[in-house]
Amino acid sequence: MSFAWAKQYEPKTDFTKWVDEKLPLPRMVYNAVGAGYPVPRNLNYMWNFGVLAGVFLMIQIITGVVLAMHYRGDVSVAFGSVEHIMRNVNYGWMLRYAHANGASFFFIVIYMHIFRGLYYSSYKAPREMIWLLGVVIFLLMMATAFMGYVLPWGQMSFWGAKVITGLFGAIPLVGEPLQIWLVGGYAPNAATLNRFFSLHFLLPFVIAGVVILHIWALHIPGSSNPTGVEVKKESDTVPFHPYYTAKDGWFLGLVLVLFSAFVFFAPNVLGHPDNYIEANPLSTPAHIVPEWYFLPFYAILRAFTGDLALFGVTLIPAKLLGVIGMFGSILVWFFLPWLDKSPVRSGSYRPAFKKFFWFGLVPTMIILTICGGAPAEQPYVLISQLATAYYFIHFLIVLPIISQIEIPKPLPFSITEAVLGKNDAAGGTDGGGEKPETVVKPLPGDEGSLQPAE
Amino acid sequence: MTIRLGGMLFGVVLVAILMIWSFGVDTLNYSTPEKPDYYAYQEENIHPAGGFSFDGVGGKWDNQQLQRGYQVYKEVCKSCHSLKYVAFRNLVQLGYTEDEARAEAASWDVPGLDEYGEATTRPAEITDYFPSPYPNEVAARAANNNAYPPDLSLITKARPDGSNYVYSLLQGYNEPDPEDVKKSPDFETPSGLYFNEYFYNINIAMPPQLYPDLITYADGTEATQEQMAQDVAAFLTWTAEPSLVQRKQTGWFVIGFLLFATGLAFLSYKQIWAGKKKKKA
Repeated sequence: MSFAWAKQYEPKTDFTKWVDEKLPLPRMVYNAVGAGYPVPRNLNYMWNFGVLAGVFLMIQIITGVVLAMHYRGDVSVAFGSVEHIMRNVNYGWMLRYAHANGASFFFIVIYMHIFRGLYYSSYKAPREMIWLLGVVIFLLMMATAFMGYVLPWGQMSFWGAKVITGLFGAIPLVGEPLQIWLVGGYAPNAATLNRFFSLHFLLPFVIAGVVILHIWALHIPGSSNPTGVEVKKESDTVPFHPYYTAKDGWFLGLVLVLFSAFVFFAPNVLGHPDNYIEANPLSTPAHIVPEWYFLPFYAILRAFTGDLALFGVTLIPAKLLGVIGMFGSILVWFFLPWLDKSPVRSGSYRPAFKKFFWFGLVPTMIILTICGGAPAEQPYVLISQLATAYYFIHFLIVLPIISQIEIPKPLPFSITEAVLGKNDAAGGTDGGGEKPETVVKPLPGDEGSLQPAE
Repeated sequence: MTIRLGGMLFGVVLVAILMIWSFGVDTLNYSTPEKPDYYAYQEENIHPAGGFSFDGVGGKWDNQQLQRGYQVYKEVCKSCHSLKYVAFRNLVQLGYTEDEARAEAASWDVPGLDEYGEATTRPAEITDYFPSPYPNEVAARAANNNAYPPDLSLITKARPDGSNYVYSLLQGYNEPDPEDVKKSPDFETPSGLYFNEYFYNINIAMPPQLYPDLITYADGTEATQEQMAQDVAAFLTWTAEPSLVQRKQTGWFVIGFLLFATGLAFLSYKQIWAGKKKKKA
């Protein structure tokens, strides 16, 4: 652990001493999410979503494993086996609704988690690796959710699978053979369903593995915080347990209340009615729409309506442009730590960044979500083109420029000062804070680089 | 200061250029809309609500109504529509006793084998599922002017706002709105189809079914068109989700428990953090 004042695990009984000697697993947990992990004391509620995402991953794995005991991944019986779960399995309806809405809530908390990272620049040094692993987790989640949606083998399952696997056909030269290889045929079929079931069972455990790396990487520099000022001394931090277990705990309860409201009172509002019609390769639904959490990216995919042509020669067809745009919209996140070079992390101390974030990026994502769910016709196509343009401009042009020219607001000297005010912190009245001048040394990689560029 | 403004302006100008590009490419399509006649209906998708006992967060089944709805299905719908995910044993949930459900099952014929192994029919057991009126889709289409009557087990979940949709559709065989006819004088319902303003493309292959006093309800309720439509829509809501009411009741218990637990967790959070917050002056 990075901070010298982190509490050490002390086994008290002979048994725990024996375990600690042979396999220090309790010590690892203690240091990861227990009292041995010092966390900035000023985290706001946006920092709860990481723990929540872990909880929803567990909910998905537990409900999913039980559902898999009753589900059959064969095109002739898959749809019927889901109805069997809904009608004949004890509390099967609850498991399935919890799993379906759990996916939505997993994405809700992940989007909050990502947007917290974007606003407070949690991706900046020294936390680039946490961010990169997070993007990997998000990509894995998208693949898992997409394949899970295919399993009930309803109309949207089938046609969604057809559209999304069709994207691979846009890749030049190898596209079509690749698509046939991935799908196991020319259109989604028995082989597709079976392999999607297999992968849908596998990938959550891969996600859990990357989550462990994500948390490992987090524990090297420690958690970021809303001021973006690094931890300097013990009074800046509190132990994760009991402080943040208590805070996460009650907030988790609140989110579970909301989750239960969906599971028990509106379990189908986030889904599409067409998925209660069994898949029929001969009948195309009027509007093929993905699940709500893919809508922004689906809007970007469909925003590219024209081929890139020069003197009448098509260089890149519109479909490939759309695919590049859609994948690019997430891949650009991988470069974020190097696109945004501002030394100040927190958006709260960056006036220009803040404006572009709240009046640019956030409305853009909302507009893209709405357009992704709308039929592919005007004015939605035009609006999604504008929003797509802004999306890329924001990351590729706006962020690099404002990080060069912006004049940030003065940062607090320390987290303790931000919480308690200058006088209290200097006086050391609460939490045993020292005077700022007596701080021994900053952390590596923190040598004054976070002070405002006056 | 000037540099900072310049950077922001640069972004704005770039967006403006892209806006103009987008407009140029697509304004043409926008200015010449070509939408089919039924578009307005599909877009609006408004239908009256049935006012069901199971609506709302405290909804409950009305067993009398479900039994009437079952009677409508049995006497009207079943000649064309299957109900393949529902078993006779499920009828017990409608308030029938097990013996009544057994007797009800026996009044239906399901495919079976005779003593020589030849295909025949036999009276249904309580464990059987509702039989389909047609042996396969080809037979169903041949008997219905090439239209395929959908299975009704899940119909209220397979349509937006399904319960109200079924309720409305069964009563939606009206004349087209004269205003719309004026706008597109060529409008004509093709032969073999029936105008129904609540159907997604307004021309439905199913003929009107529910005429007043078509059936005689066992409980003596007057069989108006609206009554039958409401009853069968309620029944089909039950077939689509037999656990609907149990789900809502479980929900109250779960949310009640979670609120209690969350309250306790909040209090312990306040206590644990009491010493770490900034003291109010």
